[in-house]
Amino acid sequence: MTWLHRHRWLTPYLLLAPGLLWLGAFFIAPLGVLAYQSLQSGTFDFGYTFSWEFYNYWDAITRYKGHLARSFLYAGLATVLALVISYPLAYWIAFRGGRWKNLLLLAIIAPFFVTYLIRTLAWQNILADEGTVVGVLRDLHILEPDGRLLATSTAVVAGITYNFLPFMALPLYVALEQIDPRLIEAAQDLYASRVKAFLRVTLPLSLPGVFAGTLLTFIPAAGDFINAQLLGTPKQHMIGNVIQSKYLELIDYPAAAALSFILMAAILIGVIAYSRALGTERLTG
Amino acid sequence: MTVRAEPVRLPRRRRGVLAFLRQHALTAYAILAFVYLLLPIAVVIAFSFNDPRGRFNYVWQGFTLENWRNWDAVPGLRDAIVLSLQVAAVSSILATALGTLIALALARYGFRGRGATNFLIFLPMSTPEIVLGASLLALFLNLQFATGFTTIVIAHIMFNISYVVVTVKARLAGFDRHLEEAAMDLGANEWTTFRKVTLPLIAPGILAGFLLAFALSVDDFVITYFNSGSEVTFPLFVWGAARVGAPPQVNVIGTAIFVLALAAMAANILIQSRRAKQSKGIA
Repeated sequence: MTWLHRHRWLTPYLLLAPGLLWLGAFFIAPLGVLAYQSLQSGTFDFGYTFSWEFYNYWDAITRYKGHLARSFLYAGLATVLALVISYPLAYWIAFRGGRWKNLLLLAIIAPFFVTYLIRTLAWQNILADEGTVVGVLRDLHILEPDGRLLATSTAVVAGITYNFLPFMALPLYVALEQIDPRLIEAAQDLYASRVKAFLRVTLPLSLPGVFAGTLLTFIPAAGDFINAQLLGTPKQHMIGNVIQSKYLELIDYPAAAALSFILMAAILIGVIAYSRALGTERLTG
Repeated sequence: MTVRAEPVRLPRRRRGVLAFLRQHALTAYAILAFVYLLLPIAVVIAFSFNDPRGRFNYVWQGFTLENWRNWDAVPGLRDAIVLSLQVAAVSSILATALGTLIALALARYGFRGRGATNFLIFLPMSTPEIVLGASLLALFLNLQFATGFTTIVIAHIMFNISYVVVTVKARLAGFDRHLEEAAMDLGANEWTTFRKVTLPLIAPGILAGFLLAFALSVDDFVITYFNSGSEVTFPLFVWGAARVGAPPQVNVIGTAIFVLALAAMAANILIQSRRAKQSKGIA
């Protein structure tokens, strides 16, 4: 204890050490190993050796550009849908929820209490060919008599949207809840129409929530492979499905590792571009 | 601010048909959104009482309690649940300990490398799970470390630390340091102060972090899938079962987890609000 007293500056580092060492060993180091693996060449039978094989990246991009594009398309669509669904919902809870706010919030995160795989299977059930939804849509002639929902892109996007929606709704709610209603009243007292008050006051103030929610939804959505696996067919497979099968079934480590980094890099570029765009909007808006 | 001008508020005209519609359109939209959010949960619960013919639990055939009565009639299900609970218990306790220490350091000390630490905590949460899982497996493969119970626990601690840090830090942010100074002034040493003052005050935050870690651990599929070896946790069991048609018992366990999590959440809210009332009473 006395030694510690003399070296008080050490205390924070001692508190940090165990946790950060863990993250260093099992988060940072693995990324290093993955990078190393992505530059290997060879085959499963003869073993893989390190050889600065940057071609792996090029090969992965050209071969799986369809999967990459689909991942970002699905994740983008799901993010927009989640925003469209949850913004009015979060707005309603924040401004009209009254004393039921906490209960309504609980209802928003309720899907998280059902195991991820099980709630995806529930969508399999809802969208199944024998299910009510398909039946009604067929009767209304929205779907062809032999039209399907399951095993289509629609099903995969719907599943992704549902599974990550709370990630969007919660930050939106937090941002909207913090807005002082008097600001909106002030705008209306100054003869702003309700629409204008919303566009000039509420929306700009809620942008941090939109930003956080979009990232929290988009990032896991882009790497997801469960929805495509359970609700789609190989035609809907995303980059996550390729990484998963390369790593665990085909044992093609270099390609899987290269794809992982391509996914991370693409997400990073997207996030930076997006934060730039929204940042300038916030300055000018 | 000494401006005291009370805004002269004219009663806003809201009686127009359009305004009425608009107001209720929002409510209707919110109700529809809630239906959308809760429908799959209702399906999970309902189909835990289904009496399916054949191996697909897709079509409603009739009500039965058999699935609940024989919840472990499916081979491997009980073992999977036990394994999931073991992994969750061990990994969330350790992640809570490691994460709480980091949160303490971040919330109460200014030190060199604070920004970098915050960034390092944020990073695992913003990395796709599949990359976390694949990279960890790459490490174990290179070290020729056999995957199994240990590697699942290692992985779960890794992804849970950040969530615990964020949760506990939120609690520490509203912490009144004067309370600790008062204890020290009254002659308590640092350890006693920590044990008798700091710990009880941040205990709800730690508990919340622990519960979150536990829930994330029980629910995790992707990272576990990569690092489980031949072990089967509950989500992995569901994955395997889904390929041949998941039995209704899967819905039974899903419903049970849902109800337990909801109860824990409700209890947490209740305790928090009671504590808030108590501390108000003292003040």
